[in-house]
Amino acid sequence: MQQPNKLSPFFENLNFERDDNTMVINFGPQHPSAHGQLRLVLELDGEQVVKAYPDIGYLHRGIEKMAENMTYNEFLPTTDRLDYIASTSNNYAYALSVETLLGIEVPRRAKVIRTMLLELNRLISHLFFIATHALDVGAMSVFLYAFREREFAMDLMEDYCGARLTHSAVRIGGVPLDIPSDWLANMEKFCANLEYELEHTYNALLQENRIWKMRLENVGVLSPEDALSWGCSGPMLRGSGIAYDIRKEEPYELYSELDFDIPVSDLNDSYGRYRLYMAEMTESIKIIRQLMPMYGETEPQLMAHAPQYISAPKEEIMTQNYALMQHFVLVTQGMRPPKGEVYVPTESPKGELGFYIKSEGEPYAYRLKCRAPSFFHTGLLQQMLVGVYIADVVTIIGTTNIVFGEVDR
Amino acid sequence: MRKYVPKGNVQKQSYYTDRFHVVPTTPREEVSTDAVYAEQLEKLSAKVEVISSRIELNCMVVEVNHVDNFKALEVLKEECGYAMLSEMSAVDYLAKDGNFEVFYQMLNLKEAKRMRLVMRIEQGLAVESVVPLYNSANFAEREMFDMFGIVSNNHPFMKRILMPDDWEGNPLLKTYPLHGDEFASWYEVDKIFGKDAREAIGPENRDEAKIERYDSKRFSRVGYEVPFGAELNAENESKTEIEYSKTFLVDYNKGDTKQLKERK
Repeated sequence: MQQPNKLSPFFENLNFERDDNTMVINFGPQHPSAHGQLRLVLELDGEQVVKAYPDIGYLHRGIEKMAENMTYNEFLPTTDRLDYIASTSNNYAYALSVETLLGIEVPRRAKVIRTMLLELNRLISHLFFIATHALDVGAMSVFLYAFREREFAMDLMEDYCGARLTHSAVRIGGVPLDIPSDWLANMEKFCANLEYELEHTYNALLQENRIWKMRLENVGVLSPEDALSWGCSGPMLRGSGIAYDIRKEEPYELYSELDFDIPVSDLNDSYGRYRLYMAEMTESIKIIRQLMPMYGETEPQLMAHAPQYISAPKEEIMTQNYALMQHFVLVTQGMRPPKGEVYVPTESPKGELGFYIKSEGEPYAYRLKCRAPSFFHTGLLQQMLVGVYIADVVTIIGTTNIVFGEVDR
Repeated sequence: MRKYVPKGNVQKQSYYTDRFHVVPTTPREEVSTDAVYAEQLEKLSAKVEVISSRIELNCMVVEVNHVDNFKALEVLKEECGYAMLSEMSAVDYLAKDGNFEVFYQMLNLKEAKRMRLVMRIEQGLAVESVVPLYNSANFAEREMFDMFGIVSNNHPFMKRILMPDDWEGNPLLKTYPLHGDEFASWYEVDKIFGKDAREAIGPENRDEAKIERYDSKRFSRVGYEVPFGAELNAENESKTEIEYSKTFLVDYNKGDTKQLKERK
């Protein structure tokens, strides 16, 4: 085997024919379009990719290992660091898994707030996608506009939980805070503004844009069979004509009560997926608008009442001895869920985000596996990139919308 | 006598368990209670030996022998409509019974049903790769190999995925410490500067609570202030030993403490 040294590149197990005209290039891990820490080893024949090998692991922090060494509540802020573009959806997916394991029901007000936060995070993530995807492809101004709206959305998150990126806005058993007094009014303002901008800015800039269509149409074609086989989910799956949205098919939270559509595209290409993202933003606004009146009809309780697992509200802790003792035990030792295993899928902005938790009845999870959509979408790159031109590689990486926090975990 | 610490599982353990604490179990149902699952299980058990089956928290869990994994997944894909393998990995039970548990998390999109195929496998044995059935297993099996050392036979590219290729040890094993082992602490030093530099550089600090007392750029001095970036050999400053509270620590070297006298 070739020995690694500083002069000759070293690709283990990759046999590149050097006598023909192929060239090997390293795409990333420091490439601006590599979405963080993706290293792609591309074998090129002229400008055409013959072989692609995504090399991941540059952001590996051992989050699953950390989960085995933390109590269930301790681990929750760590989930922020998975898909850091939409942290609340990770918090929520984890919290929902633990709640299902515990078998507790969340109060309705918490459900309304959570669903609103989830959709707000979907908007944040989709705006980020539009911005960076357009930037990668070459449409610089969309980036500026979309990031402006994303800032407004993050302001809303900041008003709610104080953080802009790593929210930890969901707790196991409910939400920690009620929404501030003028939050709903601001949300309505934001929705109205975003709706206007979607229609008049992003659509006007991109939808019929000749260059945008040339760069996206028939690029990154993914057949439905491949999408299923590679474990695609979210817009990648629906972009291939398979109408499967976990919010509709396996409804959680309040999604069964809400009226919204699942956009599907049978174009199978990057342009179809872009249209999907735009349509999903409109649907998210629709969902948020339906949730706002629901908030007023709910009781003020925010956390589930399950003294064995969840601490009592602050007022009770400060006034009642037993609640204080219970709180003390839960903070110092952690909750002990029942023995068993659970896998709960949720529809995160990127796709199916699920946590498999194996509990042995201890305060520490025996095994936690995070099923991250981006991980499987990265695996797909080794097939999708073969045969495309080097200019389209950037488009295809952009259209998969991978975030390396959750690829490497 | 020093308390026995089991070495098979060095992950964080609960330091206190109420002696009357009874661990409850999640609600489990027979597969026959759900018509769709029952039909699928029938199809599966016609082809492969089913060891146990249950419905746990909206998910059918079926245990089969590890040699049957490919055949079982083939039946599930072709006959039961599980078109997607959404996740697969393993759980380390080596300390308990010397086995791994490998699980395949499946999704049937038409009926919106999920099931998990689990199998026990001894350490050192390999499973058959399911990449011919599901391409999503390509990365997942590599990750399982990386994290647990479970090899998948006939995998197109069986190589580490998250850890570097020349890494030693499998990080998700229960015997692997959270902060890494000896190999991990020298890995970057060896890689970047070479083994000769070990003495000059020292092992990588993997203790996040470590404080370098005389580094005035990142830490402040205890008890008094110094300017940012001040060197240690400034006026009136010399390296002092760390002084812990004398209340709890007994200095046995002194030789004339009350406790030692009593023992003598």
